[in-house]
Amino acid sequence: MHRASAGAKGEARMQLKHFALGLAVLTAAPLTMTAAQAQSGIFVPLFTYRTGPFAGSGIPVANGLHDYLTMLNERDGGIGGEKLIIEECEDGYNTQRGVQCYDSVKDRHPVVITPYSTGITEQLIPKAAVDKVPILSMAYGLSASADGNEFPWIFNPPDTYWDGASAFIQHAANVEGGFAKLKGKTIGLIYLDAPYGKEPIPLLQALAKDYGFTLKLYPVPVSQMQNQSSVWLDVRRDRPDWIYLQGWGAMNPTAVQEAAQNNFPMDHLVGVWWSGSDDDARPAGAAAKGYLSLDINAVGPNFPALQDIIKYVVDKGKSQLSSKDKVGENFYNRAVMNAVLIAEGIRTAQKLTGKKLIDGTDMRRGLEAMHISDARWKELGLPAFAEPIHVTCSDHNGHANIFLVQWDGTKWVKQPGSIAPIHNKVEPLIEQAAQDYVKANTGWPKRTEACDKSS
Amino acid sequence: MLYREVGQYKTNYAADMAVFPILQDRIGIGIILFVAFVVFPLIGNDFLLNAVLIPFLIFSLAAIGLNLLTGYCGLLSLGTGAFMGVGAYACLKLTTYFPQVNIVVWILASGFFSAAVGVLFGLPSLRIKGFYLAVATLAAQFFLEWCFIRIPWLYNNSVSGAIEVPLRTFMSVPITGPTATSLTRYLTVLSIVVLMTWLASNLVHGRIGRMWMSVRDMDLAAELIGIRLLRAKLLAFAVSSFYCGVAGAMLVFLWYGGAEAEVFNIDQSFLELFMVIIGGLGTLIGSFFGAALIYILPIALRLIPEGLGLPLHPATVEQLRFLVVGILIIVFLVLEPNGLARLWQIGKQKLRVWPFPY
Repeated sequence: MHRASAGAKGEARMQLKHFALGLAVLTAAPLTMTAAQAQSGIFVPLFTYRTGPFAGSGIPVANGLHDYLTMLNERDGGIGGEKLIIEECEDGYNTQRGVQCYDSVKDRHPVVITPYSTGITEQLIPKAAVDKVPILSMAYGLSASADGNEFPWIFNPPDTYWDGASAFIQHAANVEGGFAKLKGKTIGLIYLDAPYGKEPIPLLQALAKDYGFTLKLYPVPVSQMQNQSSVWLDVRRDRPDWIYLQGWGAMNPTAVQEAAQNNFPMDHLVGVWWSGSDDDARPAGAAAKGYLSLDINAVGPNFPALQDIIKYVVDKGKSQLSSKDKVGENFYNRAVMNAVLIAEGIRTAQKLTGKKLIDGTDMRRGLEAMHISDARWKELGLPAFAEPIHVTCSDHNGHANIFLVQWDGTKWVKQPGSIAPIHNKVEPLIEQAAQDYVKANTGWPKRTEACDKSS
Repeated sequence: MLYREVGQYKTNYAADMAVFPILQDRIGIGIILFVAFVVFPLIGNDFLLNAVLIPFLIFSLAAIGLNLLTGYCGLLSLGTGAFMGVGAYACLKLTTYFPQVNIVVWILASGFFSAAVGVLFGLPSLRIKGFYLAVATLAAQFFLEWCFIRIPWLYNNSVSGAIEVPLRTFMSVPITGPTATSLTRYLTVLSIVVLMTWLASNLVHGRIGRMWMSVRDMDLAAELIGIRLLRAKLLAFAVSSFYCGVAGAMLVFLWYGGAEAEVFNIDQSFLELFMVIIGGLGTLIGSFFGAALIYILPIALRLIPEGLGLPLHPATVEQLRFLVVGILIIVFLVLEPNGLARLWQIGKQKLRVWPFPY
């Protein structure tokens, strides 16, 4: 064909060639992709988002997860002598792309999935039991999935969003001087209008009824994250006494800045733990002084394990971190905590099964028997980094105590003391919600997995 | 050499008007169907079926729907995403109230709800055209999206505000829900898409298609030769929305297995419009080309560095992907403003007369 038409007008032929090339690439690529991975080890895929509108929150999280697990590979040669295969899948915090990531890693037997998005988690929950891959959604995801009897494959320690919201109400009551003083107060919830943001609403509504405060809802659509003026107009009109912020990505710094501009008392603005990134408060700078955020992990780099990360990973250029100073930021440490849970789950699973190369089923048993005491946190090189974590077969959460951090204008400062979630309000609701979920999903599988004794 | 129509005589009108007048085309379509129905299910892994082929087919169907409206009838619409959403939510409500009816029936029936909504929002098309109509359909997009978020009844009051797809079986084989294998879902999607493409092909080659095309080319002339614009335009909206609705129902029930309203946002509408424009306005095959370029190309691009073993970070690949897809779209449109379908046609024409270039 080429020889014969060489003298002819070549334009259309060129077009055809481009097109054929494109088609060939299109059809060949998906077929060849799975062959690339053949090395042995424990496969831990990480769903990350370093791009898109949520990258501000996603980058420190991705770095923390990646760096701690890489540090285990570099320092200890993996876990129990078995290397970890760490691989990121970029999903841009987009549910559709996250499910795509899941499909692309599923066949390679990941031991655990870390979706880092409530929307993606909710999509994967029904698939987990079918594909035998546990999901670790640390302090995010479906609150009801804390019920291990109905959701044996889902783990969300150490706290659910409902624990968080109840801790916020507890804090408000402490400041106001008792739950009785909450009566007649107005409490606002500014939330991302997505599954993640809507999570605390049922609990806050229940508490509003019990304690007699008025709950005002201020949804912020994803497309309006950085333009919240209309929301804050409503806030000015309603004059809430307290505001609880359940935002993510670019929404958080905007909300904090708006609060400062509207002269809202910053110490009455409380963010959930995902609204407490350094980059959330930094843009407002000194004006955000006093802004409070719930937290489940310590801040700052002064922990032996974090120093090991700097020594083995960051200094060797194996991290994506732009600078060493980022180690110790709130979200970085949060992700390190998440990575510790993954590692401890693997370790527990290895101990339970006696196998080194574990699979998803073993990992599920490991996560279910996981117990990280204060002593264990210290052993891990992270003394007093977080509350003890205790997962049981029926309680996949633990409902640990939560503490507050406050922005001092340049960095987060941990506040003394911790707040217990209102257990007697949260836990019955979780059980109820789990039952409702099962009822709504006809054919939800009954738990058949045996229960291991906690280690 | 092989692609030549020498010796293929047409002895009656039916043969002359056939959709595939050349024998080789008929063989080609047979091979494509064979590959789709037999080869892919045999060799395809979960990733190929679930992350590539199922969404490709669904987006192709939605693109056909939009193409019927925009390409054949010349009415620009930005409400595709919302019409897909109507199909998905209608299917959820139908299967909630009548769980014993086969889900495939409901997926097809949900198209009628979408068609009704489409007709309603198509009414302004009688007075306005072009960009002005696009703005009017944009209202449909925003209004319906608002409904999907704000009316809890639509998503059965679930806490997360997302559609949760229940388990439904056909002859005791699960088709939807978490236990449905990607193979059964793929075959279901494929059957529906093939059937509806065949219907669309018959539609556009027949009286109705010609009616739409005459309205597209000059509606005043069409009116003068006795075409009732009201009927023609509303029919186009109805059929187009029907296709979009079925595609939307399949999107949620046979692919995602659960979805938020965000899936049906304005981006989805734009994506479908790009597919139609890049694929080729007023062609059915262009809808498939467009969907392949817009949907599969980015996935393939993401996998190429991995397949070649290049040590690129996923985030870097992601940035590169945006660049390359953008450039490719421009390249294709500059090469052939009438879309990939036109390129395909030129290629076929060249092959027919080869080795004599005309």
